[in-house]
Amino acid sequence: MYSYSDFDAAFVTERNRQFRAQVERRIAGHLTEDEFKPLRLMNGLYLQLHAYMLRVAVPYGTMSGPQMHQLATIADTWDKGYGHFTTRQNIQFNWPRLRDVPDMLDALADVQMHAIQTSGNTIRNVTADHFAGAAQDELADPRPVAELLRQWSTDHPEFQFLPRKFKIAVTGSPNDRAVTRAHDIGLRMIERDGAIGFEVIVGGGMGRTPMIGKVLRDFLPQEDLLPYTEAVVSVWNLLGRRDNKYKSRIKITVHEHGIDAIRDMVEDRFTLLRSQFTGVDATHLARISKDFAAPAFVTQDTAPFDLAYQRDPVFRSWVDTNTSSHRAPGYAIAQISLKAHGQTPGDATSDQMRAMADLAERFGHNELRVSHEQNIVLPHVHKSNLPTVFAILQQHGLATANIGLVSDIIACPGMDYCALATARSIPIAQEIATRFDELGNEHDIGDLKIKISGCINACGHHHVGHIGILGLDRAGTETYQITLGGDHTETAALGVRTGPGFSAEDIVPAVERVIDTYLAIRTAPDETFLHCYNRVGMVPFKAALYTTSEHADAA
Amino acid sequence: MARAFVPKVVTANDLLEGDVIYLTADNQWSRHLHEAYIVTDTDQADQRLADSQGHANAVGIYLADVTLTGPEPVHFREDFRRRGPSNYHHGKQAAS
Repeated sequence: MYSYSDFDAAFVTERNRQFRAQVERRIAGHLTEDEFKPLRLMNGLYLQLHAYMLRVAVPYGTMSGPQMHQLATIADTWDKGYGHFTTRQNIQFNWPRLRDVPDMLDALADVQMHAIQTSGNTIRNVTADHFAGAAQDELADPRPVAELLRQWSTDHPEFQFLPRKFKIAVTGSPNDRAVTRAHDIGLRMIERDGAIGFEVIVGGGMGRTPMIGKVLRDFLPQEDLLPYTEAVVSVWNLLGRRDNKYKSRIKITVHEHGIDAIRDMVEDRFTLLRSQFTGVDATHLARISKDFAAPAFVTQDTAPFDLAYQRDPVFRSWVDTNTSSHRAPGYAIAQISLKAHGQTPGDATSDQMRAMADLAERFGHNELRVSHEQNIVLPHVHKSNLPTVFAILQQHGLATANIGLVSDIIACPGMDYCALATARSIPIAQEIATRFDELGNEHDIGDLKIKISGCINACGHHHVGHIGILGLDRAGTETYQITLGGDHTETAALGVRTGPGFSAEDIVPAVERVIDTYLAIRTAPDETFLHCYNRVGMVPFKAALYTTSEHADAA
Repeated sequence: MARAFVPKVVTANDLLEGDVIYLTADNQWSRHLHEAYIVTDTDQADQRLADSQGHANAVGIYLADVTLTGPEPVHFREDFRRRGPSNYHHGKQAAS
């Protein structure tokens, strides 16, 4: 894992000192809210419906056991004993008091964490494949590049007042787990003639105008990454619309000017910038890469795993559902579901955080990941330790075997917390998960991504959910629209709206009708929901949704 | 014909705690909607909103629709602000 240099530590300390002084000036009345707001946002501090919210960056979703322990301590000391892991691989604390925030930031700095650029019109926390460095299908670990981008973008003087926020995602695997096609820049590591480079995707995004990103460069040599990325952001920084925030993201710029025109401008700018990068970035990347060297994988007998797998059906179900293939022999990637049925997606109590931190320290080479699907990953667990890991997870309510299933729902905080939301998301997720737990058929249903957003900004990724749900305010009533057929992977696609929305009472039965339809028409149990939808289209689902008396009554 | 004026309260978030506050009849801020002063016409609403802008401990001041009796929130967003989140017994509902 990356470890702060003296420069990094001094930078974060100084930034925290500045913010402490800004908070003091605000409280003393020397700064107005208009003056203070951009300063607090630059440091991840929002004011939401019921309280402030501090958004802490977990760079590319990677953290250590001690870092997770510190998050638990922060939750207990200054918040309400829990944290919310987000689709941006961050963690949010929902109840801090303004006076306490500088202390929280100092506590974060003690474990090399911060909240810088988790908000504001800046380059945000760079996200990456949550299986990075562990996945069997991986070409190369994307995290050194993500860290390089983080250092380059942090406090970058040209990019502190961008037209709007800017999000970069990196994957080193052909199987895209980082949703690269729905980011402002998506970087997919590829190999050409034995050299690593990137397919550069630009202009993807969700929000009110969802777009699948377009290929800007089919192969960018690794050594050109920073000048090229800088060229992209600087072209957009000049062209991007500041007159209308709904048209300010780079996806609109690409849409309005066309990908070819943008490409030409970027290449011109790149030619200029490339000569200014003297190669120090490549040297620095090589240094960063050393911090991401693979852990010292051990060779151990997997017999304890084999025996438990054979004998214990509950353990077997968890292994089959929550673990994935690891590149090292005898190892597995274990996902810890933060989606226990009926609980808030992405939430972990401080006790659960400590349990996960301990597991990482004892059995996971001291590494944890936050996935954009709002779960926690132990990326490196030797299989012989899985039975113990599972037993400990069970003791802490963390052993739900539902990764990738109907109850593994992404949900934004929605109107339970967020000032921008138009409807609640969390209760809908809780009710869907509880309903399918009662039905007991989620393993039969199989791979299914439900993603819920409480407003058009789409933090809950509903556009790329197999079943997407968007909560809106329709004439003073919470109303939920359904989209079908979205895909967040390398075959990214935007979901299609089924038709009129449903009330809060009707949305869960509506989802159930969609899934019942799928179960009735799938050709075989291994035909996934998405495959089935892509084969048959909208018609049967629409019929199931809108021809029942229930909806006729509601409409 | 002009549309009938919907009664309103002046509301904001507290600077230090961040929680929801309401402007009372004597220009103080209360944690409770039932202590809020209800404005009943446009001029009064504009005046109280303008007067409250100078309050250093209130952030994001705005007018929210309410019913005359109670008062009760008209919109569900204001109902959630008054109560707290639905997933945990936190926020105002925990204090009451």
